[in-house]
Amino acid sequence: MRVDAYLIPVVDGVAYGLLLAIAAAGLTVAFGAGGVLNLAHGTLIAAGGYIAAATSSGTWPSLAAAVALAAIAGAAGGGVLAAATAGLRGRGHLDQALLTFGVALIGGDLLTTVYGPDTLRPRLPATLEGTVEAAGHRYPVDRLAVLVIAVLVVAAGYVVLHRTRAGRLIRATVDDRAMVAGIGVNPRLVDAAVLMCAGALAGLAGALSTPILGVGPGTADTALLLSLIIVVCGGLGSVPGALAAALAVGVVQTLGVTSFPQLAPYLLVGAMTVVLLVRRRSLPGQAAA
Amino acid sequence: MLQVSDLTVGYHRDDAVLREVCLDLTAVAVHAIVGPNGAGKSTLLHTLAGHLRPTAGTVWCEGRDVTRWRPHQAARTGVALAPQGRRLWPSLTVAEHLTVTRPARHRPGSTFSVDELLEVFPALAGRLHHHGHQLSGGEQQMLTIARALHTAPRLLLADEPTEGLAPTVARQVTAVLQQLPQRGATVLVTLPHVRAAAALTDTVHVLTTGHLSHPVTASDGQAERLLRDHLTLTNPHAE
Ligand SMILES: Nc1ncnc2c1ncn2[C@@H]1O[C@H](COP(=O)(O)OP(=O)(O)OP(=O)(O)O)[C@@H](O)[C@H]1O
Ligand SMILES: [Mg+2]
Repeated sequence: MRVDAYLIPVVDGVAYGLLLAIAAAGLTVAFGAGGVLNLAHGTLIAAGGYIAAATSSGTWPSLAAAVALAAIAGAAGGGVLAAATAGLRGRGHLDQALLTFGVALIGGDLLTTVYGPDTLRPRLPATLEGTVEAAGHRYPVDRLAVLVIAVLVVAAGYVVLHRTRAGRLIRATVDDRAMVAGIGVNPRLVDAAVLMCAGALAGLAGALSTPILGVGPGTADTALLLSLIIVVCGGLGSVPGALAAALAVGVVQTLGVTSFPQLAPYLLVGAMTVVLLVRRRSLPGQAAA
Repeated sequence: MLQVSDLTVGYHRDDAVLREVCLDLTAVAVHAIVGPNGAGKSTLLHTLAGHLRPTAGTVWCEGRDVTRWRPHQAARTGVALAPQGRRLWPSLTVAEHLTVTRPARHRPGSTFSVDELLEVFPALAGRLHHHGHQLSGGEQQMLTIARALHTAPRLLLADEPTEGLAPTVARQVTAVLQQLPQRGATVLVTLPHVRAAAALTDTVHVLTTGHLSHPVTASDGQAERLLRDHLTLTNPHAE
């Protein structure tokens, strides 16, 4: 019985963790490849959430459009950031971070102006609003759908990074961008493509999380903070590291909230401190430097 | 393929590492540069590959001024750098190093297929799924050269390609470089001493603290003399 009590929160935590992984993967790759610490990343996630919440009206086509629009808007946002930060290349991380922070402030303001100060949730098709029964537990269909889609997106991300030339170029750029130029590929194009994909993933993560978490004025900051925690714990630039860290954050958060509500706010920061203290730069996928 | 005139390059504003270097790489042949540590050999090769901006002078490529080209433009034109220190991608496997590079089409160049490269470097064939950082030093060196060759270079810039290699492997690498001109590619190779250069080509340039000599004959002792003169000039107590 005791184990059972943790089952639902763990499944929730894994789903949440996968969403965080989708959100954070782009952030970590954009930093690893082009050195852009994108502080507007949370704003892209929130924008995806708002667009999805506003677009989905309870029908399947509107739901599909909501997800697609969120991803497209995220990619466009990533493109704008790529263009804006390209001019600052070579001036260090701080200039780029400041610029993206400014974009985040303006974007956040714009979002509350357009969508108002309330927390929004999308209207979903009736099938998704119910629950299913599995192994004696009732589980909301929308969460299950989010879990399945998140697994698919993570799997697709893996395939792209490891089985396509574009993915190899991205990993090579994270490792040594000068040598990517040396084989005739302009690394700045890789940077721009990465920022656009990161934006699309951020928008997608925002859209996928709204049925569960809703989207409001605090979404951007929370999403950015969690993404940054994941990127740092997972090792800057490491996608497998980010995935592991995101799953850990998702499960710690969810279990914490259900099991130790009074400790929950400190659990995550505590766990992060422990990870940073014990991590010996050897998370999966990180080259022994 | 390239002509270099009065090239001055430095890492700091008023501290040139190379001074008014002239070099003619028109002949499709193996050109060698020898010089002591710190003379600027790597600096010259990195400049020709577009990784460093010269402060003065010109680099010509078939009549075009390419002094300020960027590395990917140099690579697309057919200039491939096999850098000293290997510079592989740690998270890519050997196979991925070779498949991420694409031989440039629509221009002449010495094309090598992956199969052909594995034939040239059989040691790599057994390591296809190992990552860049899991290779031995010699295997890394082979992969560095194989990666450069897979871009179908017209000019291969090989920076100390035999450094740290066992003699048999070094001979193998030397043999590959030697055959490149027959396949239409020019080679500019830096080597630690005249003897190694003489095994590859008859004309070498001597680079001493930023000054590049005219091509001299490797076998008749001229190059050795230049190096020795430089040593006694800069360090009168050297024997
Ligand atoms: N990135 C750098 N920044 C500043 N100075 C540098 C840099 N790289 C090289 N130098 C300096 O430039 C000079 C030439 O270095 P370079 O690497 O070209 O020499 P080299 O002839 O290739 O030597 P070696 O035989 O040791 O490889 C040296 O004095 C070196 O200290
Ligand atoms: Mg050198």
